[in-house]
Formats: sequence, C-alpha cells, structure tokens
Amino acid sequence: MPDDITSTGSSAFARRGRRSPATQETHDGRPSAHDVPVPPNQTAHSELHPWNPGTPLELDWLRHLRVNRSAAERRAASLPGRRSVKREWQAAWLLRAVTCIDLTTLAGDDTPGRVRRLCGKARNPVRADLLEAAGASGLPIQVASVCVYPSMVATAVEALAESGIPVAAVAAGFPAGQTPFPAQLDEIRTAVAAGASEIDIVISREHVLRGRWGDLYDEVGAFREAARGAHLKTIIATGELATLTNVARASLVCMMAGADFIKTSTGKEKVNATLPVGLTMVRQIRAWRERTGYRVGFKPAGGIGTAKQALVWLVLMREEVGPRWMQAGLFRFGASSLLGDIERQIEHYVTGRYSATHRHPTA
Amino acid sequence: MPQTSEIFETLEYGPAPESAERARAWLDERGRSFGLFIGGDWVEGAGAEAFDTVNPANGTALARITQGGSEDVDRAVRAARAAQEPWARLGGHARARFLYALARRIHRHARLFSVLETLDNGKPVRESRDIDIPLVVRHFYHHAGWAQLMDAEFPDQVPVGVAGQIIPWNFPLLMLAWKIAPALATGNTVVLKPAEFTSLTALLFAEICRETELPSGVVNVVTGDGRTGKELVAHPDVDKIAFTGSTEVGRLIRSRTAGSGKRLSLELGGKSPFIVYEDADLDGVVEGVVDAIWFNQGQVCCAGSRILVQEGVAEALERKLKARMEMLRMGDPLDKAVDMGAIIAPVQLEKIRRLVDEGRRDGAHVWQPSWSTPAEGYFYPPTLCTRVAPASAIAQVEIFGPVVVMMTFRTPEESVRLANDTRYGLAASIWSENINLALDVAPKVKTGTVWINCTNVFDAASGFGGYRESGFGREGGREGLHEYLQPAWQARDGASTRENVGAVPQIVADESVSSEDGLPGPLREDNRSPLAGDAMPRVDRTTRMYIGGRQARPDGGYTMLVRGASGEVVGEVGRGNRKDIRNAVEAARRAGGWADRTAHNRAQILYFIAENLAVRASEFAARIRSLTGESHGRASEEVDLSIRRLFSYAAHADKWDGDVHRTPYRNVTLAMPESLGVVGIVCPERNPLLGFVSLIAPAIATGNTVVGVPSERWPLSATDLCQVLDTSDLPGGVVNVVTGEHAELTPVLAAHDDVDAIWYFGADFGVEEVERLSTGNMKQTWTEAGLIRRWRTREQGEGDEFLRRATQVKNIWIPYGE
Repeated sequence: MPDDITSTGSSAFARRGRRSPATQETHDGRPSAHDVPVPPNQTAHSELHPWNPGTPLELDWLRHLRVNRSAAERRAASLPGRRSVKREWQAAWLLRAVTCIDLTTLAGDDTPGRVRRLCGKARNPVRADLLEAAGASGLPIQVASVCVYPSMVATAVEALAESGIPVAAVAAGFPAGQTPFPAQLDEIRTAVAAGASEIDIVISREHVLRGRWGDLYDEVGAFREAARGAHLKTIIATGELATLTNVARASLVCMMAGADFIKTSTGKEKVNATLPVGLTMVRQIRAWRERTGYRVGFKPAGGIGTAKQALVWLVLMREEVGPRWMQAGLFRFGASSLLGDIERQIEHYVTGRYSATHRHPTA
Repeated sequence: MPQTSEIFETLEYGPAPESAERARAWLDERGRSFGLFIGGDWVEGAGAEAFDTVNPANGTALARITQGGSEDVDRAVRAARAAQEPWARLGGHARARFLYALARRIHRHARLFSVLETLDNGKPVRESRDIDIPLVVRHFYHHAGWAQLMDAEFPDQVPVGVAGQIIPWNFPLLMLAWKIAPALATGNTVVLKPAEFTSLTALLFAEICRETELPSGVVNVVTGDGRTGKELVAHPDVDKIAFTGSTEVGRLIRSRTAGSGKRLSLELGGKSPFIVYEDADLDGVVEGVVDAIWFNQGQVCCAGSRILVQEGVAEALERKLKARMEMLRMGDPLDKAVDMGAIIAPVQLEKIRRLVDEGRRDGAHVWQPSWSTPAEGYFYPPTLCTRVAPASAIAQVEIFGPVVVMMTFRTPEESVRLANDTRYGLAASIWSENINLALDVAPKVKTGTVWINCTNVFDAASGFGGYRESGFGREGGREGLHEYLQPAWQARDGASTRENVGAVPQIVADESVSSEDGLPGPLREDNRSPLAGDAMPRVDRTTRMYIGGRQARPDGGYTMLVRGASGEVVGEVGRGNRKDIRNAVEAARRAGGWADRTAHNRAQILYFIAENLAVRASEFAARIRSLTGESHGRASEEVDLSIRRLFSYAAHADKWDGDVHRTPYRNVTLAMPESLGVVGIVCPERNPLLGFVSLIAPAIATGNTVVGVPSERWPLSATDLCQVLDTSDLPGGVVNVVTGEHAELTPVLAAHDDVDAIWYFGADFGVEEVERLSTGNMKQTWTEAGLIRRWRTREQGEGDEFLRRATQVKNIWIPYGE
C-alpha cells in the first residue's frame, strides 16, 4: 500500500492536487501524486484529504466486481445490533457527528434570509452551555459545511465569513441531472466562482442504467475539470440505480474519474441513504484505498434525521473503514433535520431529562 | 473514565452493559438453588448431590443445580407416561393453544431469558437477544400450527409416546425448543435433560410451563450431568431418545439403545465446509465467515470451520479476513457491543488450545488478531489457520471453538471432493455469484443443510440435521415431525410385543435350510428321479449371486441347499461370506451414478422390471409355491402384488419431490429428499418375492444402490429376479444380491463403514447386533423388532414410510435479490 502518499493526513489540504483524467499519466493503475497550487477556496477549517487524482477507466475492475445483495443486507441488518454507544461515548460520538454535517437547505423557497439563518446555526450548532456541561467546550464544534443551491452560494459565503465553514453547492442539474451538459458545466463553474469550495454534482443515471461506463467516466471527469479548485462530491442517486452492483460500479467509476467524495443521494429520490447502499459504497472506498492508496470520502444523504441513525452510520464507518472515516475530511451527513435531534440527545445526556425541540435555537 | 473531549478524538467504543439485575433477582428469589421439575411440580432430587452452574465470563457460581439420579429419572418417566395418553387425547387444537401460550409467554419474558442464557452460557447478549430467543419463540409458534394441523396433515399417524431428550450447552433454550415443540405438538410427552453447564433457562422454561397450566407431566426437566443422561437413555419405558451433542456420545447412545426398540434421532458434530469460489462477493464472504465460525465462539455444531477457497482469491480473502478479525470485539458477554463472549468451560478451552497447538506442530500458520483477550473468565481469540493440509488433525477434528482452517482448491470438482472429505455431514456453505455453479455443487455436497451465500441461518419451518456421522433425523419443518410420529398400525401391533424386545436372542434352528456343505445340488435332490419316465435329465442349474451386474460365484466356494415347505430340496444357492458383501458394497458404491439419473429414467427402468416380471409371472408363482407351499392363488397374488409394488415406486420415483419451505427470509428453502447412498437390506424370511421387492424398489426408485440379502430360507425368488433385473436395463451394481445366512452376512453389512444405511427385517435377535454394529459410521438403521409386517397390505407394505426411510432431506437455502 502506498500509504506514504496520504500519510500527511488531515493537514494535507494545501498539498492536494490533481490533473484531469485525460492527461494523467499512470503506471500499472497507480496514480502519481502531484503538487499543485493551493486551491483558491481553501479554508483553515477544512480537513479535507489530498485530492483523489483518479485513474484511467478500468473496465476490468468493474467486470470482476461482485455484490451479493442478500449478504450485504444481512450485514447491514445486524450492524445496529452489534454495536451500542452509550453515555459519554454517545455524547462524544454525537458531537463528532455534528462536525460531519453538511447543513443543508435545498428547497424551492430558499431565500437569502433563510440561508443566512442556516449559516447562523452552522456557526453555533449546539448551545454553548450544553457543550460546557458535556465537557466539550474546548472542542471545535461547527458543522462541516453549509450546502445550498448555486444561486445562494454568495449569500452563504458572506454569512459564513470568518467562520472557517466552507460553502458547498449542489450543481450539474441537481437533482435530476437532466440539464444540457454545457449548462451543467456552467453551473459548476458559476458556483465555484461564487466561492463554493465543495461541489456536489449529480451523475447521469442514464449512463449507469445503460451500462455506459465510459460516458459516466467522461462526464464526471468533465465535472471534475469544471470544479477545479473545489472539492468534488459525486451524487450517484442510489435510489435510481436499481441494483447494488450498479451502486458499486458507479461508485468506482466516480472515483476513477477523480471524485473526492461519493454521495448516496440527492435527498429527492424516492429511496435515499440506506445502510446496504452505504455499506456497498464504503466497501468500494476501501477497495479504492487498497488499490490506489487514496482515501475518498463518503456522504450518506437523505432520510437521516435522528441521532440514533447517525450513530449507526458512524458505526458502519468505524467497522468497515476505521475511525479516520468518522471525521469531516472523509465523512459527511447530508442532512437538514439531524442536527435538531442530536441537540436534544445531548441535552438529555447533560440533564438526564428528555429534551424538547424549542429549547434549541432553530436553523 | 475518559472525557468527552478525548472520546471525540479517539472515537472509541465504551462499555454498553445489559443489566443483569432482573436475572439475578430471579435467581435470588429462588434461593439460587433448583430442584427438578417432575409431574408439574418442583421436587427435590432423591439423592443429595448437586453442583454449581457457573458464569463462564468470570468463573463465578450462579446457582446450585440438582444432580438427577436414576430414581428421579424413573419418577419423571412415570410422570411423562401417565400424562401421555391424556395429552394425545386432548387433540391438536388444545395442544395448539398450549404451544401458542408457551410462545407468547417466552416472548413476554424474552429479555429475562436472553440475559439468563448469556449469564449461564457466556454467549454475547446480542446473540441470545437477537438470534436464540427469537428463534425459540418462532419454533413454538410454528409448532403450535403443526399441532393444529396434525389430524389433517398426518392421518393414520400417532405419537411415539414418551421422549427422552438430551440437549447440549451451546444453544440451551433453542435446543430445548427444537426438542420440546415438535414432541408436544404431535402428542408426545417429554423428559428433558439440559446440559449440566446450562440448566437455568430450561428451569425458567419449566416455570413458564406451570404458568401456562400445561398438564402435569407433559414436560419434565431433570437436571444433571452425563450420568443422568445415561439413566434416561437406559430407561425401559422411554419410547424415543432425541439427542443433540457430540458424535462420541451419540455413538454411545446408539450402542446403548441397540435392540431396545427405542426410536432415535441424533444431531451430532460437524466440520462443515465453507466453500468460496472466485466469483464470490468477498466482502460478503468475510461477514459469512464471521457468522460461520465466530458466532457463539464457534461452539456451533454446524460452524463453518473449514474454509475451502479457490486458489486465485485465497490471498485476497485471507487479507480481508485478518483485517476483519482485528475489528472483532471480545469481552463481557453482557456488553451489547461485543462480538464474542466466553468459552463454556475450562475443559473446552483446554481442548481448543490443545488442537490448535497440534495444528501448529503440523505446520499450520496460526493467526490471531493483535488485541488481547480478557484476563478473567474463559476466553479464546478468533483464530485463522492457513497452510493446513486435509491430512492435518485440525482439518478433520471438530474443534468446537473459534478456530477456522483455510485450504485452497483449483476446480469446482476438487472443491466438492475436499468438502466431502470428512466423516461429518451437517452443513455446508457455498459462496458464488454464479447460480449454475452454486446449484450444481449444492446436491453434490453430502450435508443435511446447504446455505448458498449465507450461513448459520435457521428457522422452524426448515429441517435441520445431518448426513453421515453428523447423525440422523431432522428437527424443524414437516420432516422434523416424523421423528415424533409413527404409523398407527405400528403402535397397535407393536405395543403387545414391545416388552419382549431386547431379550436374549434365541437362535432357532430352521430346519428348512440346510447348512451342510452339500454335494452338487441336483445329485442330492432325492425327491425326483432324474431319469423318470421318458424325460431327459434336467439341465443343471447353478444359482449365483448377483454383484455389479454379473452373476457371481460365492467367494468361499460353498453353497447351501434350499428346501421347500415340505423339506424337499428345490435348489441351491451360494453361501455368501464377508468378502461377497465387501464386493457387493464396492459394486454398489461404484454404481452411485444411479442417483444422478433423472427420476423419469429410474421410473422407466422400474416399469420395465415390472413388465419383464409380468411376462414370467407364472414361473415366479410356481417358484413361490415350491418354496412356501402356498396355494397357487396365494403365490400368484404375491407375484401380482410385486408387480403392483414396482409400479407404485416407478410412479413415486418422480413424485417424491420435497418441499419449498416458507422460511421468513427473502429466499427459497428447498427441502430435497436425497438418496442415502448404499443401502444394505436384509429381507424378511416370509414373502420371498414380495418382501424383497417391497424393500428394494423404494430404495432404488429414490436413487440408492442396494446390497440385498434375500430371505435366508427361500432366496430363490430373489435370485430369479436378478435375471429380470439383468434384462431390464438396470445398470450393474444398482442392485446386488448376496445369498447366505443372515447371521453371517448381517453383521458384515451392519459394520461396513461404506454402507450408509441398513434395513434389517430378519429375525428379531439380529436387531440388537445391527444397531450396535452400525455405530462405526453411524449409519441409519431401520429395524422392526417385535413387529410382524403384513407385506401384502398396502398400509404396511408400501408407501411414504418406505420412501422416507430411503431418503434424507437436504435443506438448501437460496437467498435471492439483485
């Protein structure tokens, strides 16, 4: 394992770099590390890992890939029962979960006012008195990012000024991805230009459903180019990919094309982040790391609304890829209501009494 | 205690203990001392002996348990006997209500049962809570259903009577459920002996029986060690023994019940293969291995303890496994976040250590994760042994611990050979994404359960049990109920003679068979004059044995005379000896391809045999007449019935086709009746043709090959039939016939380790010997001491009973979904 490539760990944001897949030189499937200038939207807060430089499309890898759905479901079903995190451990894990949240608003009725309010919550996600009582006042508890539509990026960047919290934008025709390709690229560039340092793109499900892996690879590669300077999260919309094998293949192709994160869902599909899907994607991340030495992040999104669910996802990450993937650099929750439930649980931990929503400032 | 801020960085797991408060209170309320549950009451043991049951996670005593003695066992059996008839008379619906109530109550007390089980056994509370107890509840619900349906589903079947049930310590309450639920559903009463290490949940169950007002004596619990079990096995008024445990003890039980007329079902050890093909989902496989061998610390009879992996993916699998093993958590079994708890007892821990050391000396690479096991209690880490040769003891011996060996294979054919390279045959797990491969291998693996892309999955609707030395009989599903049922006519006819069974054998000289080593037969035939009248001298006829499709002379070179009803010599047959049996078994084994023929093809051949027999009907009738002295009508009837019987089994051949069980998963569970292999059949003395045909036909219709020993007294109908077989396209070796003295041939067949089953319908005095000698390879036995079967009747001479005996049910679990 070329562990040295990534051994710089969480402080390595400044060294991250990549070239487009088309021009990339690789030898026996291994990427080479390149130093490139510090991306413009870097922030001190970010713990993102070195960019995933990608590899050429390796169809052989896809061909040999096997996912047994029943086995994956069985693992996913037993996982919540196999681990239990209680008391101060639970409090600490939940605070960690808070720092992994991409606090999100992606609604048709978003307004600058609404976005500014969300950014306010992002800065102070948990009441200071609770943090103190939980013995966590010294910890840097902020959400991982605020995630908005491209049109709201500027507002969010302004509202988060000096906080160190990056702004993420969904782009490329979110959520359906059915926008003309040039417009998708434009949207990405616009978002980056407006100050988004993370771009959550959607893939064309069509390419997966038709088995056109080359097209998917080229598409994501082009998005990667367009998002130059920002971190790229690829939403594969698992709820529309039909099979876990497709999920695994799409995950791999995105990583080959240079995705820094793979993300389950837009939150707008009928089925969003489920554990079997998450398990399947995380196992591809593990395989990618074993084969290329690069760490790619994972973001489950959609339907994760409770502290209990958040703990299960963290357990999944710990069990399958280890604690490094329980930090914002490699793990995000795409969620809007999760934070509220975590706040209530933390207050319960502090007071021993069950809490109420209105006791916590709204987003 | 680490600070929140520390944990925030390390993201370690903390303790997550399940409270044992209620379970301890339950023990305290009972003074931490238990009597026996007999006749619906708690009674003290007749002797003063008692012992501690210990929490293996910390070595502390939990409670005092009574050592049941012979008086106690007798008392319990008497209570069960007294309760049995009324319980059966109560009817299916009433029994269903009781079983339903038991299910509900166990469900209501599920957490107490789980915690108590974990305290007593050392298994992680996650397993007792999420696996054991839910399966127990399901088992009682499912069998409440069978009680309700018994009259409709099993007409003409009656309960066996009083069942003595002996269960192991690895799944204490689950094994209790597997034993008690089917027994009660079908109208039997039970005396249950829990394992001495784990009596507590059985005692709690006894309390539940009282709460539900189950009639007194229907369930009796007598605690104690192996001595108590021995008393139960030996008790003359027990009709059936059901045992789950080691093959070693199973063998003893078989031996001790030999000739007693007790029914027996044994669920014994295993060394189950876990076969990984190169196209398997290796991440799924790794979790499969966790479920296969680190579930319940590997103390599982069907644990997948032999990983057979295709060479190309062996390295990758090994790497993934090791990474996974590092993530396993071992510790206090009451912690909700541990994967592995404690080994049951020091003696077991010692055995595991010894076997692993032995493996190491044999050259195995032994690997264990870097984390250390708890210092207190009896713990053994998960262990992976690679570079293990099949010839190494750890590849063959059941370790019953968290130790898995890994071997490689090159081709599917080789994987099957390695998988079957064991005396055991309990379960197998097959991992491949290729349905063609998986479904090709599943029938070739000689095990009672095959899990495709899953492992250690159980359900009440599916039968569980072994092939080979893993035992016989099934628990669960329709197939499991037959262990507790018998045809009504047998209960009727058998009851009167049962007491005589097991008496000292009396060898009765049978005057109709001359055992003298005779001169060539025809010269001794003094009842005819060879030159009488104007007749030519008869063409001398040598009746030979039939082995591997050829007429064979007896190895010993001796013959014996066959006399008719009035003492006249009517022929001469070879006097078979042990070598003839050996040759016949070898021929039968070689003819194993018979099982792979289509059922349609087997049916065609049976019809053809019937057709050819019909052509020679009068000749066969004349033969029967000359042997038995029966009237022409009776003799003709026997031939006609034989033809009908052949038709029956030709008809059954493609209709005895198993079930798809409704197990509560997204899968199909196929219950396939498979042939046993080589069946030795010692035929009844009477009905020289019909007796032979009635036994041979169901055996070969279902794909077995047969070594038949025909009626000793009147073997000529069978040897005549060999000529019919020979001209009916029956492949050589499918039926082999060795004539001779039952007393000489039977023990050789019964003891032969390559014979899979023996059906003995000879004289009563042979029963004990057959059953005792069967223990070498734990072959299935079918004997009927004390019964006189009326072969001419359809009720007794043919049907499902024969087909069930001729097959063993393999349950194949096939999950699906892309």
